[in-house]
Amino acid sequence: MNEIANRFNIDGGPVDFEPGQTILQAALAAGVFIPHLCAHPEFTPHGSCKLCTVTVNGRSGSACTIAAMPGMDVQSDTPELNSRRRVLLQMLFVEGHHFCPGCEKSGNCTLQALAYEMEMLTPHFAHFFPDRPVDASHPDVLLDLNRCVMCELCVRASRDFDGKNVFSLAGRGMASKIVVNSPTGLLGDSDLAVTDRAATICPVGAILPKRVGYKVPIGERLYDPIPISAQVGRLSGATAESGCCGCGSGASGGGCGATASATVAQKEA
Amino acid sequence: MPPPLAAKPKLKIATTSLSGCFGCHTSLCDIDERILELAEVAEFDRSPLTDIKHCSAHVDIGLIEGSVCNAENVHVLREFRASCKILVALGACAVNGGLPASRNALDVADCLQRVYCERGVGRHQVPNDPELPLLLDKVRPINEVVRIDYFIPGCPPSGDAIWKFLTDLIAGRMPRLEHGLLRFD
Repeated sequence: MNEIANRFNIDGGPVDFEPGQTILQAALAAGVFIPHLCAHPEFTPHGSCKLCTVTVNGRSGSACTIAAMPGMDVQSDTPELNSRRRVLLQMLFVEGHHFCPGCEKSGNCTLQALAYEMEMLTPHFAHFFPDRPVDASHPDVLLDLNRCVMCELCVRASRDFDGKNVFSLAGRGMASKIVVNSPTGLLGDSDLAVTDRAATICPVGAILPKRVGYKVPIGERLYDPIPISAQVGRLSGATAESGCCGCGSGASGGGCGATASATVAQKEA
Repeated sequence: MPPPLAAKPKLKIATTSLSGCFGCHTSLCDIDERILELAEVAEFDRSPLTDIKHCSAHVDIGLIEGSVCNAENVHVLREFRASCKILVALGACAVNGGLPASRNALDVADCLQRVYCERGVGRHQVPNDPELPLLLDKVRPINEVVRIDYFIPGCPPSGDAIWKFLTDLIAGRMPRLEHGLLRFD
């Protein structure tokens, strides 16, 4: 009896997968880009941003949480799905305050890179212009909740990688926000260190290592020369990015300012 | 003998700045000598480049940089919308409020008080000349005031991006900014 091949189709093309992989993991491993924001190869997906929504055998679902199965017919790069993704991005942009020209993360920002990818020219909807706290109390890390998209990558990184539980999501609906586990609620009173995975994993500019900004000039950063869809190897985890803040320096170890400033802090200590 | 084909009338392009830094107009000038190619098919109507103060009744393409910060901005924007067949939001301020919108988290009266009364020099009072346009309580992108046909993001968009957009539009193609030309910073 022939075994069923671990293979499914994305946009008509075959993708082989390992048992246990999700559609997103299998697609990225095969070099097929599916836009995603809250999914990360190092952490368990929870399917919250919905950017990776695909059509599987005629039904919609998050590619980051649906297990790959033999024979599935997955649609991803279609005008309809990309249009929905663009609307999701537009809503994320108007809900926060994403002023790219004034953000150190510009060029290294996944939200921005996905907006480029989906050719988003305008946020379209009426802006919320929120007034959320900026927490600069930590000596090495800045927290600006105006830029937070609540992907919870910092929550997962702090809990699952650092073992510290510094961040959590609190509230419901419009009142949802990232909170810090410290007596005062301030980052400076938490046990977050700049070397923590949670300090460097933010895909937007909400959590930024201090004294790193503009180390790499605008125009030469991660997504400036090459679109995010052409960086599938890095997104799939094939190229390690642990230890780097995504500053675009290409460092996987001690090359970027985030790790450099941590080294200085350790020496001073 | 057929009559000679009438020369195609030139397009009219108008530009203006609402509350912005004129960086987008500077970028428009960055199309450099290509402006001569543009001049073959288009002429500038109201614009800081011509110093014409009001739009003609019929303008083909209006380019607007800057966001809506005060009552005069609203007036100018509405005049442009009424005159222009195609209205284009040019740059981050026009597209999403940009830097001026950073004051949206602050109270306007408090801002004026602090700038003119506490930190200013001279009379220590908020200017109240009737000729000064009234500030809006919030800065708005222009699409929140009038209907906009096209958006060119960027702070500012590059001269190449503006050129690509204009040449696509004038040639009758759907304007498209590929990776590298489409930038928000």
